[in-house]
Amino acid sequence: MNLNNLISIALRALMNNKMRGFLTMLGIIIGVSSVIIMLAIGEGSKQSITGEISDMGSNMIMIQPNFNREGVSKGSSAMESLKIKDYKDIEMECQYLSGVSPYVTASGQLIYGSNNHPIRVEGGNEDYLDIRKYKIQDGVGFSESDIKNSAKVCIVGKTVVEKLFTNGEDPIGKIIRYNSIPFQIIGVLKSKGSSTFGQDQDDVLLAPYTTVQKRIVAIDHLHAIFASSLSEEYSTRAMNEITDVLKRNHKSEEGKEPDFYVESQEQILDQIKTITTFITTLLGSIAGISLLVGGIGIMNIMYVSVTERTKEIGLRMSVGARGRDILAQFLVEAIILSITGGLIGILFGSGVSFIIRLASGWAVTVSTFSVLLSFAVCTITGIFFGWYPAKKAANLDPIEAIRYE
Amino acid sequence: MSNTIIEIKDLKRDFQVGEETVHALRGVSFSVQEGEFVTIMGTSGSGKSTLLNLLGCLDTPTDGEYFLDRKPVAKMSKNERAIYRNRKIGFVFQSYNLLPKTTALENVELPLLYNSEYSAAQRKEKAKKALIDVSLEDRMLHKSQQMSGGQQQRVAIARALVNDPVMILADEATGNLDSRTSYEILTLMQELHSKGRTIIFVTHNPEISEFSSRNIVLRDGRIIEDKLNENIKSAKQMLDSLPKED
Ligand SMILES: Nc1ncnc2c1ncn2[C@@H]1O[C@H](COP(=O)(O)OP(=O)(O)OP(=O)(O)O)[C@@H](O)[C@H]1O
Ligand SMILES: [Mg+2]
Repeated sequence: MNLNNLISIALRALMNNKMRGFLTMLGIIIGVSSVIIMLAIGEGSKQSITGEISDMGSNMIMIQPNFNREGVSKGSSAMESLKIKDYKDIEMECQYLSGVSPYVTASGQLIYGSNNHPIRVEGGNEDYLDIRKYKIQDGVGFSESDIKNSAKVCIVGKTVVEKLFTNGEDPIGKIIRYNSIPFQIIGVLKSKGSSTFGQDQDDVLLAPYTTVQKRIVAIDHLHAIFASSLSEEYSTRAMNEITDVLKRNHKSEEGKEPDFYVESQEQILDQIKTITTFITTLLGSIAGISLLVGGIGIMNIMYVSVTERTKEIGLRMSVGARGRDILAQFLVEAIILSITGGLIGILFGSGVSFIIRLASGWAVTVSTFSVLLSFAVCTITGIFFGWYPAKKAANLDPIEAIRYE
Repeated sequence: MSNTIIEIKDLKRDFQVGEETVHALRGVSFSVQEGEFVTIMGTSGSGKSTLLNLLGCLDTPTDGEYFLDRKPVAKMSKNERAIYRNRKIGFVFQSYNLLPKTTALENVELPLLYNSEYSAAQRKEKAKKALIDVSLEDRMLHKSQQMSGGQQQRVAIARALVNDPVMILADEATGNLDSRTSYEILTLMQELHSKGRTIIFVTHNPEISEFSSRNIVLRDGRIIEDKLNENIKSAKQMLDSLPKED
């Protein structure tokens, strides 16, 4: 039989059973698109979370007071364990660090003209911007003398500019008030956008830590110390150095938990990677189940129509169709359905992934793997369950096939 | 010199229904020469359809031999039998067996789709011609289920004739037709007969046997009578003698 006849036979048969064709295709569409969407979300969230954390500085090291220490009352002394001396000693003694900055923070209200905006101020030194991977877009960073003199200067993020300078003035040089203390804006940060968790990373106010410590919170301890190792590979050595200095300063006893802890961004990154891998696996399993459900849907439709189709096969054979004509027809039908369904599924899945990407800002990416996998599974199921009953029917005598119940 | 187109020897067909074995054919032998018009009669359940299905290579006998064109059918491959059905045999089922949801024209075209000698245009042409022969020119694009029983029966006849078969096997092909349409179909059969086609026509109606050249009667799976008809009536004359209707 020639190909033209074959295709016209298959197309006529499909047109005569639009509902069956549609339902089969629906199974394939659901299977393919859910796999694509699920894996795209999983992969996308993983990429954006890890990407964001390296943006935050993958060689960053955080030193915080350990106020959950066992056996010690969780009183204020535990929270005040980090002192300026610790910072100075770390800066002096540790060789694997490219920068160290004290960290003091407070929350309050920013006012400019009639606009106000609630904010948490971050106090650091001149290294702070580098450690936290903040970049100056306009203006300048903190100078040594700003830090020494507890200067009333600040650097603001994009969001702060938008909230306070509603009529588009240049913020550089302007005086804003934080809890009624006047600060002069010396720099504006480059935008980082929002984080995976929806946090606005441009809603920041940076000031010299000395200023925050003396003029705002009036304390002499530090809330934390941020440091950055020379590069990622030195981060463990840098952490050990820091730990040694602090243990000595804090007279930590062997075998007891110290009153501080040192954590690197890398460790956090590892933890988060574990979580995102879990999420991807979870979504992958859901996708696998959808694929299975889609496959079973295809199977069902194919099997439900077996009686009707066996009669059709008998009838075709009675007017002279050979076994291979029948198989060719059913294969072509199944291929047309699977490929059309598969393509619609790919388009639909990619479209939804794209919309999710726009809506969430996640780096939702459709992977070739998911497309190939889902397409292969659905096409093979579709073709097999289209072909197998036909194969069985084509082996019958025509009259048996016509009488099939 | 005539040519034996069909020869069956002691043909048997049993059906297994649960525990019970139904002997539909209990040993039937006869031969048919090319160009014969045979009617097969018999009571309901006597095995007529079973016999015709075997002759049409649609079914396999339990026992016995069948030579088609002097070749043993049992030794033919499935494909060879399919080609016989496609090119040499026109089969009209008692229950029509049209493709559902398919137009009359497409149903009639079907045998030609499995014969790559025909182009799409030729297919359509021949199918139209066959439908005109059974007076269905105004129902070509109607779907199977949109037609009356008699119309469906005529589509089935057109489908059997479309491939210019040398042998026509018809099972109760006029069972659902009024006498006028029956005579029209019989006229068509007699025309084909006069052109040398072999026709085997299963019927309940003894009147129809008067238009054939030979009549075989079955009872309970056996032949009880096999008679040549010397005095063949003309269906065309019968048709002309009917009062004209408007
Ligand atoms: N597929 C089958 N399974 C079981 N028994 C069958 C089958 N086909 C036919 N029979 C039996 O074989 C016998 C002959 O059936 P067949 O259809 O040949 O009769 P028939 O002469 O064509 O009758 P009718 O005039 O009613 O069409 C019947 O008794 C019937 O019950
Ligand atoms: Mg019958």
